[in-house]
Amino acid sequence: MEFKDLTVARARQGLLKKEFSALELANKFLDKIETEDEQFFSFLTTTKDLALSQAKLADEKIAKGGDIPLLAGIPVAVKDNILVESVRCTAGSKILEDYIAPYDATVTRKLKEQGAVILGKTNLDEFAMGSSTERSAFGPTKNPYDTKRVPGGSSGGSAAAVAADFCCAALGSDTGGSIRQPASFCGTVGLKPTYGAVSRYGLIAMASSLDQIGPLAKTVEDARIIFDIIKGRDEKDATSVEIRALNKLSARPSASEVSAPAQNLKIGIPKEYFIKGIDPEVEKLVKEAIRKAEGLGAAMEEISLPHTQYALAVYYIIMPSEVSANLARYDGIKYGYSVAKSVRKEQNLLDVYLNSRGEGFGEEVRRRIMLGTYALSTGYYEAYYLRAQKVRTLIKEDFDRAFKKVDLILTPTAPTPAFPLGEKMADPLVMYLSDIFTIGVNLAGLPALSMPVGKTGRLPVGLQIIGRPFAEETIFGFASALEEII
Amino acid sequence: MLSEQEVQHIAQLARLRLTPQEAKKYQKDLSLILDYVGQLKKADITGAAPTSHSVAVENVIREDELRPEGPERIKKLVEAAPQREGDYIKVKTIL
Repeated sequence: MEFKDLTVARARQGLLKKEFSALELANKFLDKIETEDEQFFSFLTTTKDLALSQAKLADEKIAKGGDIPLLAGIPVAVKDNILVESVRCTAGSKILEDYIAPYDATVTRKLKEQGAVILGKTNLDEFAMGSSTERSAFGPTKNPYDTKRVPGGSSGGSAAAVAADFCCAALGSDTGGSIRQPASFCGTVGLKPTYGAVSRYGLIAMASSLDQIGPLAKTVEDARIIFDIIKGRDEKDATSVEIRALNKLSARPSASEVSAPAQNLKIGIPKEYFIKGIDPEVEKLVKEAIRKAEGLGAAMEEISLPHTQYALAVYYIIMPSEVSANLARYDGIKYGYSVAKSVRKEQNLLDVYLNSRGEGFGEEVRRRIMLGTYALSTGYYEAYYLRAQKVRTLIKEDFDRAFKKVDLILTPTAPTPAFPLGEKMADPLVMYLSDIFTIGVNLAGLPALSMPVGKTGRLPVGLQIIGRPFAEETIFGFASALEEII
Repeated sequence: MLSEQEVQHIAQLARLRLTPQEAKKYQKDLSLILDYVGQLKKADITGAAPTSHSVAVENVIREDELRPEGPERIKKLVEAAPQREGDYIKVKTIL
């Protein structure tokens, strides 16, 4: 069997029919990573021993028969800001270069409980702060479709690993587009779940009112399988909720939607997302996909999200503010890089803080910590942070109003296909603009999925499908129907 | 435009040591970003309540009871500290 055909669903079939064993599968993938990942650098760490021991367990379970866990023997990868017990977890930062995870993240525990084989930890922009994976302290990941281009970010390692067939699926995290934008650039499916749908316990925090963990996969079906496993309330993350308990808020699909997922849907196309500056090829492919969706029987309607223009500015106040608070924990005392061990005798406690953080954090991370510190400091709080929180409400209300009329909203995932390495590194604002279509969704806490809808030259282009809170099922149903005819 | 002193002051508050060259670069970068986010001044926020959390969740509370973890977990947590003595984390003199 070809690697590229090995979706989660297909690999499970093969394992259950004993076409191959989990151990064979794990070894094949590990060999492939070892020989081919040099050109992409999608993995920071491979976890061969862990993978092989999980594969053996899976083979035992399959041999025994009965109820086989849903991911038994399925090779997956995990973004390196999600803890896997006893495995190094760097968050792409020098400050955590030697940090060994003392426990499993809840999502890791859930993957393990379902028998998944964890092959390794994938590269990311330092602390997930970036849109190209070039901000990793360990070097950039390259796009498998064109190694002179970025894979997107910050989950660029996970997206590249799926695209290069190094695993069947991977986990990423998304604060302003970090699952969807790399999914778009690497031609994979990526879901950012509703805020609260998946536990963040064991995710290295970046901006806590925005962060979510979600799957990157080869197909919509696979993304749904992974999401169904990792979702749900967790007492260790007080912001997580049980989806079933929220029936009032959610839009569970009706019976007719399940049987004909696109037929009775009303779909909104926000005019603010088709603006000057969007790559004409991206616009063409996304509009073609919208026409195809119309062919499935969905009713299209132009809508307006009038505060869209402010989303990026709101994000670049709220996110750095939360970053500055969350990253205060890296103090050179409890864990991580520290100058306290060095022989520089003159150091007092303040020097330990200043130098451990100054030396341990990279350029972009320090930039965001300082932005947030400034926005929250005396005299500026109201002008920046409080105002941004109020405009955030207006952005959220735009979506609330739209979802009174429509069931889903379609937009491009990113304004361009994958851009060349180095192109946006000089000017931080230029890099920030590559997330312009994904950020509003995080501010409003909505679920959104990016799926490939075609290529311009060699480069994949993604369509973003946004749903109501906790309406992941509606998104999956529609995306599956569209996937069949793209 | 932020002054170099302002940048060094922010860095000090954020507990980050900056070289003078770094401070100069951040002076330019931070000023550009602050100019960009300044466009929020144009937004009409009359009557808008601040959003700190996108999904309505009430305070989540639980009984204040011990949930012991095994000694292995504790060992792993303590071992992560750069400087220790026995089960203690060692810090530079504070006063």
